[in-house]
Amino acid sequence: MSEKEKIKTLLVKKPLKLDCGQTISDFPLAYETYGKLNDKKDNAILVFHALTGDQFASGANPITKKDGWWNYALGTGKAIDTDKYFVIAANVIGGCMGSFGPSDINPKTKKPYGTNFPVITINDMVNAQYNLLEYFKIEKLFCVIGGSMGGMQVLQFVSNFPNKAHTAIPIACTASHSAQNIALNELGRQSIMADRNWQDGFYEEQNKQPDKGLAVARMAAHITYLSKAGLQEKFGRKLQERDDLKFSFDADFQIESYLRYQGSVFVDRFDANSYLYITRAMDYFDLTKKFGGNLSKAFEKSNTKFFIISFTSDWLYPTSENREIVIALNAIGKDVGFVEITSDKGHDSFLLDVPDFLNTVKNFLNKSYEKIS
Amino acid sequence: MKKEFYNIAKLITKNSKILDVGCGNGELMKYITENISKDIRGIELSKSNVQKCVEKGLTVIEGDAEKDLKQFPDSSFDFVILSQTLQAFLDPENVLNELLRIGKKAIVSIPNFGHWKVRLHLLLKGTMPVTENLPNEWYNTPNLHMCTIKDFENYCKRRNIKINLKNLKFQNLFSELGIFILEK
Repeated sequence: MSEKEKIKTLLVKKPLKLDCGQTISDFPLAYETYGKLNDKKDNAILVFHALTGDQFASGANPITKKDGWWNYALGTGKAIDTDKYFVIAANVIGGCMGSFGPSDINPKTKKPYGTNFPVITINDMVNAQYNLLEYFKIEKLFCVIGGSMGGMQVLQFVSNFPNKAHTAIPIACTASHSAQNIALNELGRQSIMADRNWQDGFYEEQNKQPDKGLAVARMAAHITYLSKAGLQEKFGRKLQERDDLKFSFDADFQIESYLRYQGSVFVDRFDANSYLYITRAMDYFDLTKKFGGNLSKAFEKSNTKFFIISFTSDWLYPTSENREIVIALNAIGKDVGFVEITSDKGHDSFLLDVPDFLNTVKNFLNKSYEKIS
Repeated sequence: MKKEFYNIAKLITKNSKILDVGCGNGELMKYITENISKDIRGIELSKSNVQKCVEKGLTVIEGDAEKDLKQFPDSSFDFVILSQTLQAFLDPENVLNELLRIGKKAIVSIPNFGHWKVRLHLLLKGTMPVTENLPNEWYNTPNLHMCTIKDFENYCKRRNIKINLKNLKFQNLFSELGIFILEK
């Protein structure tokens, strides 16, 4: 099987008007499913991925050969039990795992779009994925769930489609991207654009790859996904395969070596332009904008039961920002639960083996499903 | 389940909208959900208790009643329950005002420091009372603002809070707990 054949794709024929003003149609949306849709079609969960995720949330990713990004949470008998639920995960538009993205060929020029690709938003991503409900003929999802940028998509989904999900679990996210997070994303973008191989975004047609820039972007971002305590505990000042400092700029410390490794493996699986486009979408995300700064109004029409989860050591999307969403929902009497999980694993906690988190998700899903079925 | 919870539950109207402030492990919420009203949610500070509520399938918000009640609009609940925690707040007066703002009615229970056992303990032993309902020593008790049923009634009178309680002298001496329905 060729690489492309391993990717399931829905060709979206219906035109989609993007926030930037352009309209796209006949575009590919790559997706994967886990478990079985039952006869009542009431057990479907739509999973939204984070910045560098994709549709391969569980099992082995057939393209990268690595474990799916949500292997701890999703699978047989796990928190999101695929023996019980039908899980759909799609690659966001702008991404690089088969959905319409900047490395696709522009039919007009017969060359990759590069930076001629339209700027997309979280709203556009969600509207594109909504087509999957129609494709699978699902009237109402049991749950929409996701962490980080996935959580932003959850919020946007409920706001756009107030009666299309019984429950929603936004994890470690925000309703409005903060200045600090925009700054960190800009750091990553500038790193990519400073790489001579980036070529204003048209590197593919010149057979070049801005690997160095993308690797540095990933290294910087990776630090933000961890916590100070977690880093200190794991690495401290431990040296990398040496007894003493070498008085050079090699990776003396284990943390340096670790980050370099993270950067180097990332460039093998991710497209630099996708990184630019997706971080831009996150920066543009402000659910309150359309509602005069009032977040409650974004959820006024919804009858979805919310369950919001944050982590103690997450400084990228801290508890306070997650709590803003809880407050906005309480202010209009919506059904909302909130839990802050203790973990020293930072923002990445939602991707890792954090038993309290996994149990919480499992209990909430199973108890909520009992009530609706 | 504690007898107190049955007594509180009896005071709640069917299918009303309820907030349980300091809902603990969700025991009372579960009973109310199954028997009186499904429209109930809780606020709880302890992470392990929050987990227990989620296990029971209850809607719970992890938070601090002292800070987090202000997010609820006026009269957004038919009943707001506060069981035996008023005395543990830094600023119980503020919490009480908030309960009466967000709830049409507030059900508040307090451990009664005027119970005869408590009075006798201090009188005879000369040490801070330790009883079944007040099991802690003076140095580790979470109770910052102990009061008696009579104290509480006096307070409500001063603040024009409507309160339903009869036979006060008798209650103050013989009830280990005071359970009140309050209205502004």
